[in-house]
Amino acid sequence: MSDITKQSLSELIKNIKEKKLSSTEVTKAFVERSEKSKELNAYVTEDFSAAIDKAKKFDENPNLDLKLPGIPMAVKDLFCTKNIKTTAGSKILNNFIPTYESTVTQNIWNEGAILLGKLNCDEFAMGSSNETSFFGCVQNPIDKDLVPGGSSGGSSSAVAAQLTPITIGTDTGGSIRQPASFTGIVGLKPTYGSCSRYGIVAFASSLDQAGPMAQNVRDCALLHEVISSYDEKDSTSIDFKRNNYVKELTNNIKGKKIGIPKEYRVNGMPKEIEDLWKKGIDYVKDCGAEIIDISLPHTNYALPTYYIVAPAEASSNLARYDGVKYGFRADGENLIDMYEKTRSEGFGAEVQRRIMIGTYVLSSGYYDAYYLKAQKVRKLIKNDFDEAYKKVDAILTPSTPSSAFKIGEKTNDPVSMYLNDIFTVPVNLAGLPGISIPAGHDAKGYPLGLQIIGKAFDEQNLLNIAYAMEEKINFKNKITDWWIK
Amino acid sequence: MSKDKSEYLINRKDNQYEVVIGLEVHAQVTSESKLFSTSSTKFGAEPNTQVSLVDAAMPGMLPVINKYCVKQAIKTGIGLKAKINKRSVFDRKNYFYADLPQGYQISQFKDPIVGEGKVILDMPDGQKQVGIERLHLEQDAGKSIHDLDPKNTFIDLNRSGVALMEIVSKPDLRSPDEVNEYIKKLRSIMRYLGTCDGNMQEGSLRADVNVSVRKKGSKEFGTRCEIKNVNSIKFMQMAIEYEANRQVDLIEDGQTIDQETRLFDTKKNETRSMRSKEDAHDYRYFPDPDLLPLEVSDEFINQLQSEIPELPDEKKKRFIDQFKLTSYEANIMVSDIETSNYFEDVVKKSDVKLATNWIIGELFAALNEKNLEITDSPISAGNLSKLINLIKDGTISGKIAKTVFEQMMEGDKDPKKIVEEKGLKQESDPKALEALIDKVIDNNRDKTTEYKSGKVKLFGFFVGQVMKVSQGKANPKLVNEILKKKL
Repeated sequence: MSDITKQSLSELIKNIKEKKLSSTEVTKAFVERSEKSKELNAYVTEDFSAAIDKAKKFDENPNLDLKLPGIPMAVKDLFCTKNIKTTAGSKILNNFIPTYESTVTQNIWNEGAILLGKLNCDEFAMGSSNETSFFGCVQNPIDKDLVPGGSSGGSSSAVAAQLTPITIGTDTGGSIRQPASFTGIVGLKPTYGSCSRYGIVAFASSLDQAGPMAQNVRDCALLHEVISSYDEKDSTSIDFKRNNYVKELTNNIKGKKIGIPKEYRVNGMPKEIEDLWKKGIDYVKDCGAEIIDISLPHTNYALPTYYIVAPAEASSNLARYDGVKYGFRADGENLIDMYEKTRSEGFGAEVQRRIMIGTYVLSSGYYDAYYLKAQKVRKLIKNDFDEAYKKVDAILTPSTPSSAFKIGEKTNDPVSMYLNDIFTVPVNLAGLPGISIPAGHDAKGYPLGLQIIGKAFDEQNLLNIAYAMEEKINFKNKITDWWIK
Repeated sequence: MSKDKSEYLINRKDNQYEVVIGLEVHAQVTSESKLFSTSSTKFGAEPNTQVSLVDAAMPGMLPVINKYCVKQAIKTGIGLKAKINKRSVFDRKNYFYADLPQGYQISQFKDPIVGEGKVILDMPDGQKQVGIERLHLEQDAGKSIHDLDPKNTFIDLNRSGVALMEIVSKPDLRSPDEVNEYIKKLRSIMRYLGTCDGNMQEGSLRADVNVSVRKKGSKEFGTRCEIKNVNSIKFMQMAIEYEANRQVDLIEDGQTIDQETRLFDTKKNETRSMRSKEDAHDYRYFPDPDLLPLEVSDEFINQLQSEIPELPDEKKKRFIDQFKLTSYEANIMVSDIETSNYFEDVVKKSDVKLATNWIIGELFAALNEKNLEITDSPISAGNLSKLINLIKDGTISGKIAKTVFEQMMEGDKDPKKIVEEKGLKQESDPKALEALIDKVIDNNRDKTTEYKSGKVKLFGFFVGQVMKVSQGKANPKLVNEILKKKL
């Protein structure tokens, strides 16, 4: 089979289970394609030969009852992986090798998957274009010098370019959904508390959530089923009954009520996005669902709220990178000097900017005006959704206000970069699940995504709506393998 | 310095100053494992051998609350007659230091687990109530070791993450003596509860001391200084005395007092400025997003309430009612749980009055001399009660008992056996005593004549002689009776 890497996860699993393919063949195919795709810069750390060894070992005595039997998989470099360097895209962790495994990745290996390597991302997941990574920009396989989105940019690029059949990212303000939208793939941000944060390098603890990124909704459902678990090691993990998301997947969404929030019609939104949204509404109607206009009145405040809460938490979460215990250390005259040099040289500009914003909003005299007020607004945003969900089962919006932009286009304008997350951050602030599915192309042929936002813990319904829409949309990603010589 | 009754005042020219003291006591929670991790809290281990991934603040590691520490804090709150807050919140206190791996300490700032309570002190001139402002749970930091290398500092994270209770008093204390009583009482309550071992040498109990002064009669508080991290009662008292006098001198000199944090130099016996209010850290407290608010139910609190043992105040009252101890004796007996247990074990089987005297007198003196705690006493409560019974039933005299006691101190021997082996049993047979007395009278004819002619003072001489001849074993009461008859 020459086109192994073109197969979806579900196809690969089927072929392995039916012994039409071995794990070794599959793993080698993805390794080979990854080797040929270095120009994308999707990987920070490759673990290819170990992956092939593991695949061979799997084939010697294959356990085909597992959910991911012998499936190779690269993961975002924000997940701590035992004995494999974990950098979070930062110089400050450039030499950090964890002695432990994150719960989410452990769940994946427990189901038979094999680590291919660690994928590039914005430094500490702070960015929307993967340009803040210490390890350089990642190319979007859609077009040369196009950003793959961020922060899970290595992940979106790797799935879209078929360097890995599927992957996981993390999403604090849109870091799964926005890159999924930019690369024409599916990305799910689960309900806060579904997937354990244990072993994930923290950005903003009250917002961070791991989730699957896949070529299609079914694959996404399968990986979500694997990674979603209650974990005592994470105090914010929630013990609720998880579905068999794949088994219960259905395209029958007749009678479902889908809300369209008027506040998401933002000023200056490109017509292409407006049209895509309209098309999305038609698809939903075609599936037999009902469209209901709703209001989420505090939407306008979501972005400023997010840019207070997330940096505040980050400024504290990143205090541990001080050069004392692990990671990069710069020499200094004394302790304070060492701290200053380590953190000035170890962190990139965007991370430093957010640490400063976060430190500022938590400072005495500013706390009430910024952090406390942001927390109150956050509650109002959540209340908006609670109100809406009295009338609807899910909400449909665009994923992003534009398609992917060129590398360097927004690097000098952080606010314009932050605006990319305008449709995704409210979902994190409210702790809700959201999924981005590819829904069309703009005039340049770049993919565009639609976002479906669900009720808390209602991933099944969310996946079902996405699954039904996917069938109607029948999206085909336009990838030419331009980077392969 | 005037000691008008027990009032502690500082005199300068025409002015008398009162000292106002509030304490923030840091008490290490008695617990096998740390506040947010499963590593051991055992004291004295090799550096960095009790450090989990969480304690070392490895990337992606998350705190998980130790339920046992929560129980301990609530029990302590109950012991302080305090309000238990059913909802409390863990905050992050952010600051950089090499022995603070997370770059923040998890503490409780706005919503502590325990609210207002009180502690009763027994002062020489009566009882005094000291208000408790709050008690909250927090993590301890690691330890920086600066003296092992001329250029480098070493870090030991064994303490990092150990659970502490910070117990904040109201500014109700007025003298070093009250501070002494307060710390002792707090320590005693926590040891009764088993929530803190109170071991000050191992750093399980230390305090930040807030001191201010004001003219006697003034209602306003003066500007306070905080003396950080003082780890013995003696040092607290010395620091307060120094600091109060320093402040009075400043005021008398027409200067003002700067609100600041000071350190007590135990070698020079003085406090020194550490940082001024302007340099105070901005800790940027905010709720720790890794932890949900801590919520406890009424059932949970009630269950803990039912596990609370009899505490010193209640026990003292019972000892006075049940055993007719004086207030002074009762205070001594309840001062720590081990002493009170020992006392109760002894009086279970022997006379209370004698037991009280023997414990407070002989036993404490002997233990003191050997620098032993009551739990290390060579004489078990059982054997002490046997000794007391031997005195009570006249088997041995009080004097002989002291000899037996000394031997018991050498090892926990049964006093009956000592008495038998050494033949120390008291001679109470009238016939045998008569024979002895006859002999003494016989040998001292001249003295007998003198006595009979009116020199009654000589009676004591005869008693002494009888005791000497009997090697102290003669029953003094009977000797008296018989002698009177014979002479």
